[in-house]
Amino acid sequence: MNDNNIDKILIKYPEPTGQILSILEDIQAKDGYLSREVLSQVAGKINLPVSKLYSVATFYSFFNLQPVGTNIISVCMGTACHVKGAPQILEALQDLLDVEGDGMTENRKFILTTKDKCCTLTQARCFGACSMAPVISINEKVYGYVDVKKLPKILKEYGWKGKK
Amino acid sequence: MVGKEKNKITLPEALQAVAKSGLETLCPKDKIRIAVGYATCGIAAGADVVYAELEKQIFDNTLEDRIILTKTGCFGFCKMEPFVNVYFPGKPLVIYYNVNSNDIEKIISAALHGKVFTEKALCKIEHWNHITSETDYGKGFDDIPLWNELPYYSKQVKVVMRNAGITNPNSIEEYIAVGGYQSLFKVLKQMSPNDVIEEISDAGLRGRGGAGFPTGIKWRNTQKEKSKTKYLVCNADEGDPGAYMNRNEMESDPHMIIEGMIAGAYAIDAKTGFIYIRAEYPLAIERLQRAINQAHEYGLLGENILDSGFSFDIFITRGAGAFVCGEETALIASLEGEAGRPRPRPPYPSVHGLWGMPTNINNVETWCNIPVIIEKGADWFKALGSPNNAGTKVFSLVGNINKVGLAEVELGTPLETIVCDVGACGIDKKRIKAVQTGGPSGGCIPANLFDTPVDYDNMKKVGSIMGSGGIVVLDEDSCMVDTAKYFLNFSVDESCGKCVPCREGLKHMHEILEQISDGKGKPEDIDLLKQMSETIKKTSLCGLGQTAPNPVITTLQYFENEYREHIEEKVCEAKVCRELTSFYIVADKCTGCTLCAKHCPVNAIDGQAKYVHIIDQETCISCSSCFNVCPFDAIVKLSGESMETPEKPIPVKK
Repeated sequence: MNDNNIDKILIKYPEPTGQILSILEDIQAKDGYLSREVLSQVAGKINLPVSKLYSVATFYSFFNLQPVGTNIISVCMGTACHVKGAPQILEALQDLLDVEGDGMTENRKFILTTKDKCCTLTQARCFGACSMAPVISINEKVYGYVDVKKLPKILKEYGWKGKK
Repeated sequence: MVGKEKNKITLPEALQAVAKSGLETLCPKDKIRIAVGYATCGIAAGADVVYAELEKQIFDNTLEDRIILTKTGCFGFCKMEPFVNVYFPGKPLVIYYNVNSNDIEKIISAALHGKVFTEKALCKIEHWNHITSETDYGKGFDDIPLWNELPYYSKQVKVVMRNAGITNPNSIEEYIAVGGYQSLFKVLKQMSPNDVIEEISDAGLRGRGGAGFPTGIKWRNTQKEKSKTKYLVCNADEGDPGAYMNRNEMESDPHMIIEGMIAGAYAIDAKTGFIYIRAEYPLAIERLQRAINQAHEYGLLGENILDSGFSFDIFITRGAGAFVCGEETALIASLEGEAGRPRPRPPYPSVHGLWGMPTNINNVETWCNIPVIIEKGADWFKALGSPNNAGTKVFSLVGNINKVGLAEVELGTPLETIVCDVGACGIDKKRIKAVQTGGPSGGCIPANLFDTPVDYDNMKKVGSIMGSGGIVVLDEDSCMVDTAKYFLNFSVDESCGKCVPCREGLKHMHEILEQISDGKGKPEDIDLLKQMSETIKKTSLCGLGQTAPNPVITTLQYFENEYREHIEEKVCEAKVCRELTSFYIVADKCTGCTLCAKHCPVNAIDGQAKYVHIIDQETCISCSSCFNVCPFDAIVKLSGESMETPEKPIPVKK
């Protein structure tokens, strides 16, 4: 994000120091994540130490500190989904998307992105669609009653080319 | 937020005029009304496709003059979604369930003739009590049951959800048509702030967010403070996993919350209100914002409401994913743009809250209850529920239960009624072991205590809490050690890190639980867990830490035998804990389809087409991949026992 775009966002907030959350949300809506450079630029502009912004960005699980893929796949890890097998869904997705590792980032957030940057796999606390557990969402579209066998069909809607 | 002056309501007659226009779409006299249940859960079940198909067929057959197509919120019976309800003037409202695109033609055709497509009709409504008003639809359709004859609804009492699934949440006119915003005339024109607080105190309303603090006292405390600026907050950061009633309340009937907040603001003399809502609820945010804008247009929000001299406005603030922000001091920190770490109390927010000003915070469902209390009076409200627990509560009934959904019952209703009568017990006749209530702060209640009345006090007695109303049903396939571990993991992740007992203590407890579920537990671990739980409860700063050990305490209290089985016999009866579970292929059932071997991430399965496959126990990591993909149920899970299998792949028997 360039200087100009940051200014466009900041101008919306008359008291930016009290509205860091909204500012960071706006930036992420555009860039998909918060880069170190952008955080420093914003800090400079609103006259706060960058550590302060970093503290907010790492506190809330909503923020990504690294680039994400075109499609964001979130697996709901709420209680109802857990009881209905969400951990297996997550594992199956990791397998299908061929993304490995524990996915833990510096802000203790689970996030894994495919090499081709097509998909980012992440966890959600709860979408509040517990009646349809287990649930996943892709780019805010919620899929209910998911099971491992249904996953490939869903992924194909988003340009997934199949397991290598 | 531009107010159109001409629309501003100042007199009851003007409100009545709006109500009339609302009735024209809610119960049209000469048109058919078709409404699709359009909340997040409905959409996930396919309501968007159903709505699009309805729209298309109405357009294609040029039926726009005869049919009003609209949206409603959720009727609560989530298992039966998508819902479509149809009103033909003078006939009962018919509710269709599990509707898909193929049903649309039949539904429209039946509607045009004032008939019913019985195959998909769930129930009918002849008369609906909105409490603040009543609607008579009409009689007929004798072969379809009345809505409250269905076991799912017969024990329910709809107060908070009285409009959900019936009215269009995007229409302020329909809300006014069913008695909405009526209470404001009473509040702003006939009652003093003291009167309002008296009424709410007398009604005995307690906070619906979980702690159950009396709402009247909370308001009184904020009112007492002498300050020019005071704030009002609606806590819509519904964070308990497994609870989603607030989402439904906001998506189905947003004006009820706004009406409640205006009354509260008048009582404590606040000019500004905030709705702090989690980012995971985009549809609720959209509907609330629309509702706020509509209220502005009619002069029900903003300057000089109803020409009473009282002014109040509401702003929406989005959260960014932090469970601890449901705690009121953390929520305040987050509203101020900080990391949401709790602050020690006192001073309470009623004295020193948002930006240092007196602040009153209530949960979404608490606000929902205000208009109806004002309208019907404290005595009416007190008659609902049990002593010291007045009113109703919406519960989300989820997990391994037959009829998932939102159930609103009077407080004090036995757990058994909710789980067995409303929810129709476990899936596939499996034995229900326990329910988990109150989210990560709550506990597990075993099946033998299902006669416990569900209210603030009785839930506490059995070691759990009512919390915001999530009831997650656990059956024989759920492991209690795993459940405790799940919640602790949640709390470890969500701990803000400010105080040591919560930050470090929970982490250690989680490690011990991991050891137990990995089969490496020691007998003394049980006492250690109990000791740590007590210490963390007593020494943590905020509610998160003080309640986080509850899932461990209650599972130890009621299911210590399961812990012991894990530790002493290395058995996980539910076959959930991986390290204690092995997978075998039953030779008689295997068809040699090779699917399992293809899906095994560690190549632990040996075999070829038309040969019985074998799992190498040394290599297997018990990931369940094979179990999940086998189309022939040929794979079994065992714990504490083993099974004889061929030593190497053999041809399958024909």
